[in-house]
Amino acid sequence: MASALINVPKKARRGDIIEIKTLMSHIMETGYRHTAAGQVVPRDIITSFTCRYNGEEIFRADLFPAIAANPFFTFFTTATESGKFDFEWIGDNGFSETVSATIVVE
Amino acid sequence: MRKSEGSTRRRFLEFAGSAAVIGVVPVVSLRPVAATPDTMAAAIRTVIGSAVVQTGKVKLDIPPLVENGNTVPMTVSVTSPMTANEYVKSIHVFNEKNPQPNIGNFYLGPRAGRAQVSTRIRLADSQKIMAIARLSDGSLWSVTAEVVVTLAACTEEVI
Repeated sequence: MASALINVPKKARRGDIIEIKTLMSHIMETGYRHTAAGQVVPRDIITSFTCRYNGEEIFRADLFPAIAANPFFTFFTTATESGKFDFEWIGDNGFSETVSATIVVE
Repeated sequence: MRKSEGSTRRRFLEFAGSAAVIGVVPVVSLRPVAATPDTMAAAIRTVIGSAVVQTGKVKLDIPPLVENGNTVPMTVSVTSPMTANEYVKSIHVFNEKNPQPNIGNFYLGPRAGRAQVSTRIRLADSQKIMAIARLSDGSLWSVTAEVVVTLAACTEEVI
């Protein structure tokens, strides 16, 4: 079961630049490793991460096997209005997780 | 001197040596085929096309000496205003010697406020990392960083 850690400020003043931190637990298997028997371990990674602020996309990332296990991202946005952040991770083998967080902008 | 004992010892060492050589032979490296500076250049071309890349404006914060290539903290920031008319559109990060030349593509916009992204990456070898930023006016800016990796990622066996 996948789980995510999200760090969004609960409150901000209008126009403030806020920092958002996200971490999703995921093995990020590269597809380049072998078992002791010599078989390739199939790739299993998150391929896409998106953050939307009241429905509008503010940050998106394409992930490759070179992203470390449990993908962690820090990025910024300008606090414009109170509302909701929606985070979405999409990956191999039908992996799909969404988490949301709310913010109050004064 | 007791000659017979010495020769026995020498014979034993010779035997041990040949046994060691035979023992070593079946060990074959399972290292995957690595990307090369050429494949990195090709990957960069597929992302940015034939546009000219200038040096500057981008900053790549990554430790120059990495002990564990499985998780390397990396921060990319771009010196640029973030307004509705002038902003950073995207940041692309590439490597030279991992099995794949891409590390990540990050898409920002005028609402980001600050053009800065942090994440953790994997590095399979000591190599050069390159970050390219695309600005809203279409110009491309890049920076490179050399990283020395002690313990490589991706190559260990799964037990």
